Amino acid sequence: MKTIIQMTVNGELVESAVEPNRTLLQFLREDLDLTGTKHGCGLGDCGACTVILDGKPVNSCLVLAVQAHGREVLTIEGLAENGNLHPIQQAFVDKGAIQCGFCTPGMILSAKALLDENPKPSELEIRTAISGNLCRCTGYQKIVEAVQEAATVIDGTEVSS
Amino acid sequence: MKDFKVLNTRAPRIDGPAKAVGKAKYADDLTMPGALYAAILQSPLAHAKILNIDTSKARKLPGVKAVVTSKEAGLVRYGVSPARYDETLFAHEKVRYVGDEIAAVAAVDLATAQEAVELIKVDYEELPAVFDMFEAMKEGAPQIHDEFPGNMNAEVHQEFGDTDAALAQCDLVVDHTFLNKRQDAAFIEPHSCLAVFDLDGRLTLHTSTQVPHYVMRTVAMVLGIPVGNVRVVKPYVGGGFGPKCEATPLEMSAALLARTTGKPVKMNYTREQVFLHSRARHQFYAEMSLGVMKDGTMVALRNKAVLDGGAYTSFGIATVYYSGSLLGGPYKLKAMKYDGYRVYTNKPTCGAQRGHGGVAHRAAFEQLLDMTAEKLGIDPVEMRLKNIMATGDVTINELDMSSLGMKECVEAVRDGSDWKNKKGKLPKGKGIGMACGFFVSGAGYPIYRSDTYHSTVVIKVSEDGGVATVLTGSAEIGQGSDTTMAMIAAETLGIPLSHVRVVSGDTDLSVDLGAYSSRQTLMTGHATKEAAEQIRNAIASYLAEEMDCSPESISFSDGIVKFDGQPGNFQHIRVQYIKEHRGWTDPPSGEYLTFREAARLAYLKGGTLVGTGKYKPPRLGGSYKGAAVGTSPAYGCSAQVVEVSVDMETGEITVDNMTDAHDCGLAINRTLVEGQMQGSLSMGLGECLFEEVKFDSRGRVLNPSLGEYRIPTALDMPNVKSIIVESSEPHGPYGAKEVGEGAIMPTIPAILNAISDATGIRINELPVTSERLFMALKNKENA
Ligand code: FES
Ligand code: FES
Repeated sequence: MKTIIQMTVNGELVESAVEPNRTLLQFLREDLDLTGTKHGCGLGDCGACTVILDGKPVNSCLVLAVQAHGREVLTIEGLAENGNLHPIQQAFVDKGAIQCGFCTPGMILSAKALLDENPKPSELEIRTAISGNLCRCTGYQKIVEAVQEAATVIDGTEVSS
Repeated sequence: MKDFKVLNTRAPRIDGPAKAVGKAKYADDLTMPGALYAAILQSPLAHAKILNIDTSKARKLPGVKAVVTSKEAGLVRYGVSPARYDETLFAHEKVRYVGDEIAAVAAVDLATAQEAVELIKVDYEELPAVFDMFEAMKEGAPQIHDEFPGNMNAEVHQEFGDTDAALAQCDLVVDHTFLNKRQDAAFIEPHSCLAVFDLDGRLTLHTSTQVPHYVMRTVAMVLGIPVGNVRVVKPYVGGGFGPKCEATPLEMSAALLARTTGKPVKMNYTREQVFLHSRARHQFYAEMSLGVMKDGTMVALRNKAVLDGGAYTSFGIATVYYSGSLLGGPYKLKAMKYDGYRVYTNKPTCGAQRGHGGVAHRAAFEQLLDMTAEKLGIDPVEMRLKNIMATGDVTINELDMSSLGMKECVEAVRDGSDWKNKKGKLPKGKGIGMACGFFVSGAGYPIYRSDTYHSTVVIKVSEDGGVATVLTGSAEIGQGSDTTMAMIAAETLGIPLSHVRVVSGDTDLSVDLGAYSSRQTLMTGHATKEAAEQIRNAIASYLAEEMDCSPESISFSDGIVKFDGQPGNFQHIRVQYIKEHRGWTDPPSGEYLTFREAARLAYLKGGTLVGTGKYKPPRLGGSYKGAAVGTSPAYGCSAQVVEVSVDMETGEITVDNMTDAHDCGLAINRTLVEGQMQGSLSMGLGECLFEEVKFDSRGRVLNPSLGEYRIPTALDMPNVKSIIVESSEPHGPYGAKEVGEGAIMPTIPAILNAISDATGIRINELPVTSERLFMALKNKENA
């Protein structure tokens, strides 16, 4: 039996009928074709499927689509504005924080959730915030540097504006 | 000396933005109208006869479109090395490990395919199984393959010089044994593919692979499709590290089911299936003796290896050779003896993983070196410097170190870590250790015997002259090879990086053996450079004709063309270009002729501008048996210093600092080089401290998830001081060589040597969990 759900995805209202056991990850990837959110394990272990749900990072493979009913979802596709990379995305590109890129969307969204709450995080706070996002390629160092850089850039823009 | 415009910079990778915004497509992101979904039935038993397979119920399930077993797939044997083709797509007669593939189903959706898999009834007669490599070698052990008595998959015996005699003359001989554990590569993207046949019987296979070329050949052979009718296309790949270096049952099943049903077929491994397919790091047992003189001069090494191969061969023959050959350097030896054994067991198959075959034996040897230095009262750094090879040296097993900044690496980490003020001066519980290593820049020979080029590349310039597109079958798997090729093309053509595009990973574009053995920078790089040179030369000769000057007087750089260093009288070319492009928004301007105008002129004179390049190494290595494994046109090398803190109460280890120096020849892209160095260290740290694939008593993987199989998180890795050492490699394009795998070599032994420095305890079994170290500390206390 399908259920009708409504949610805001990347600022747009979405309405759909889903099976009760459909995960938010499946819903985003398969029904909405938002394939930027990645499937690395389906068990809540890797963080590749991280999206921001009502401001908090969640593993979308552990959330049912029906649980997101009435709520607000931000995926990697919703971060860039008018074709301009978000400062976190830009910093990931500039600092070499991306290799295979499979962890990148989840990593960037975990970083976004962190910086929204804590604009000037310490290195340990950054490492803790992304510790649920596994990356096998980079050794994390350049990711941490990218988040630090993004924090500075975002801070700078806010002061000047 | 270096006056590069593009090379040696920190240019952001060209696929960065697509990956940052989630637009980069990986195999599982692809769909096709009407696609079916498929699932595989795998053996629940480690060793059993298959008496009967009944697929009738599965076939009747509504939504099921095809069920295939060995009956439909046939029994063509395949594998990696033609010398040991010991696999068939589906098991017949026998299953050899928990996970052995028996059948596959295609259905309208995944849930139906999985349900159908459950409905296939297999009657087994369980056979005694063997899971331990030493047990497997014993007389009377269960036999896994009839053709290989004693479960001996491969045996290697090599000797250079007279090792026994040399050891007898040494002042000191130190023995050591070492055991690592089976590792999983744990790339974050599970294997995924999509297979589709067109009406002419041509297969296109989109797949998450490191080696489109080899997948094309294997799929063609196993399914009996003319190889010219198989096209393998690699989308972006979410990491490979070795296990994605061979054709998988996933790819072959999808292709077979697509042919059977006439529909596109999509298929993924679950994370658990990634563990079962494995093809990752072997378990190695090492036994070695090092003979030295009192002054620290190394003389002779006796080395024995036993490898737990699992149920099939995969890359295993090369692996067991590498465990010997990769100890030929970077220290001078007068004699070396190697005996290697790779043994079949009823477990998932091991294959190649970052640092192929070399990592465990390097770890054992670099520990042994420290133990020896300690006995002689020599500083481990000094001991290494005393014996180290330099550019131009040839190892005892005939590997040619055409460039080797090994000494520079050792000195860089010694000074970068403040070794002199720390070694022997740290408080109890704190330790510092170092180690070295080297690795090939591309295997000297293809996996199958052939005169093939290892890489060919085509570069095509757009008709307006503004964009050069590099077409290559090479595999971008995250390491940055697309960016590397773009940079080499841009530098050679004398145009900005933004004017180059790369299309890669498609067997229709060019021949390339793929992303393994750290080969693409050197080999694909050569082919890219040659293709770009061809274009540059063609443009120069057309221009010379037009300008009535000599081609040698023309130079290209930064997108502009100079004649004897001057602008020259090119106005008529510009006028013509602008006339042809009236109304366009980007007319060429400036004091100099642009590359775009020059390339357009060449097009008008000679048609579409295309350059092709190719590369194949010269004949390399000695003439002894197995001499091919370990050969390479060039070798990268590295040294590391690691500092640890050990909680003497609990045995808990914290890696505080890592200092790493790697000689990659010319660093094409400094950021990417550091990325490879740091990623290597992270994988080495995981293997050293906690990674281990565990089995129960019936051969089932106990921890087939990224929760239970723990890899380093951001909290486990310290910041690494990464030092790039650049020698000039005569056989590399612009002097470049590898960085992707050599950098992992010293990591494990450097950590182990640091632990020993902190605790006075030599751990010779991985992983060094806090339990293991705690027990060792306790034993020492009691002793
Ligand atoms: S896919 Fe959700 S945590 Fe791995
Ligand atoms: S970049 Fe590959 S997993 Fe993080």
